[in-house]
Amino acid sequence: MKYTLMINEGPYQHQASDTALQFARAALEKGHEIFRVFFYHDGVNNGTRLAVPPKDDRMLQKEWSELAEKHGLDLVICIAAAQRRGLMDASEAKRQGLNADNIAAGFRISGLGQLIEGGIEADRTLVFGD
Amino acid sequence: MAMLHIVNKSPFERNALKSCLGHTSAGDSILLIEDAVVGALTGTVMAPELQVAMQDQAVAVYALGPDLAARGLSAERVLPGLQVVDYAGFVDLTVANEKTQSWL
Amino acid sequence: MAKKFLYLNRKAPYGSVYALESLEVVLIAAAFEQEVSLAFLDDGVYQIAKGQNPKAIGMKNFSPTYNALGDYGITKMYVERESLAERGLTEDDLMPIVYEDEDDDYAEKPSVQVVSRMEMAQIMAEQDVTFSF
Repeated sequence: MKYTLMINEGPYQHQASDTALQFARAALEKGHEIFRVFFYHDGVNNGTRLAVPPKDDRMLQKEWSELAEKHGLDLVICIAAAQRRGLMDASEAKRQGLNADNIAAGFRISGLGQLIEGGIEADRTLVFGD
Repeated sequence: MAMLHIVNKSPFERNALKSCLGHTSAGDSILLIEDAVVGALTGTVMAPELQVAMQDQAVAVYALGPDLAARGLSAERVLPGLQVVDYAGFVDLTVANEKTQSWL
Repeated sequence: MAKKFLYLNRKAPYGSVYALESLEVVLIAAAFEQEVSLAFLDDGVYQIAKGQNPKAIGMKNFSPTYNALGDYGITKMYVERESLAERGLTEDDLMPIVYEDEDDDYAEKPSVQVVSRMEMAQIMAEQDVTFSF
């Protein structure tokens, strides 16, 4: 089965990202394919590499990056939602005349069309949010 | 063409589960995750409505075990007929049901 | 083959960003050759309420955009009658959203259809993909 997951909440504030991560792991373990994970609303904050949670807490951003690397996941951050919330990759930062970027490894910034395409291509589309 | 309804809100705070129950069809499933698992227990004000859904409307109701455990809720306290699943079971439910809809 | 996409709106506007950013997805979705429907139930019905004026709270009034959806070929906006009634509202409290039917000499037709809870359940069951906000 081919899945697209949409994540609508930031890490730590809400359980949505945790649930999606556990779901993705379980699906991959069963041999399913994750076509795309699309981060929207405050969910874009899952893609910052500048988060430094306390040592005894989970590191959600890193766990997504690692899962993406291990399984070749396509982690897409919505550009419109990212611009509102200050999530930047190097080229977008340059385009906006900003002096820093903060996107984590394994994530890429792209348009909402990627979400629609995910819905078209996948057998199942699941939304995790608040 | 069964649907998996995913609910993640406590029914004592928000109307997501109540609204969901008003939109299910026979053969559908409801999965309670995150804060919604508090609605899976016996003796709550939600219990009669969930029992009607399970017994009279052929709607299967599930709760995510890891979310019950996290909140200190024993799986033994869930409503009779309500099934507790883990994340692998969650995945299986999305395979068995052709559609999924989240009640955010 | 085109899939059926439902945009499920259950939250009031302004108090959170979901209504606005849901609308932004819908505008992009219009560019794809898919069947798009919008559903407004529970507090989502307030998204298309008449007379919105968020000026004094410092936000942009995005409600006129719903009226422009017809130009993007999005003409199916389902509102649940029970959700309206529970909130003391009627169809008259909603914006008169219309589209021009190009197959009918560009006659103006209502995009908003008030449906019963049972009909809404049926509409949900007919979808391939449901994006919830």
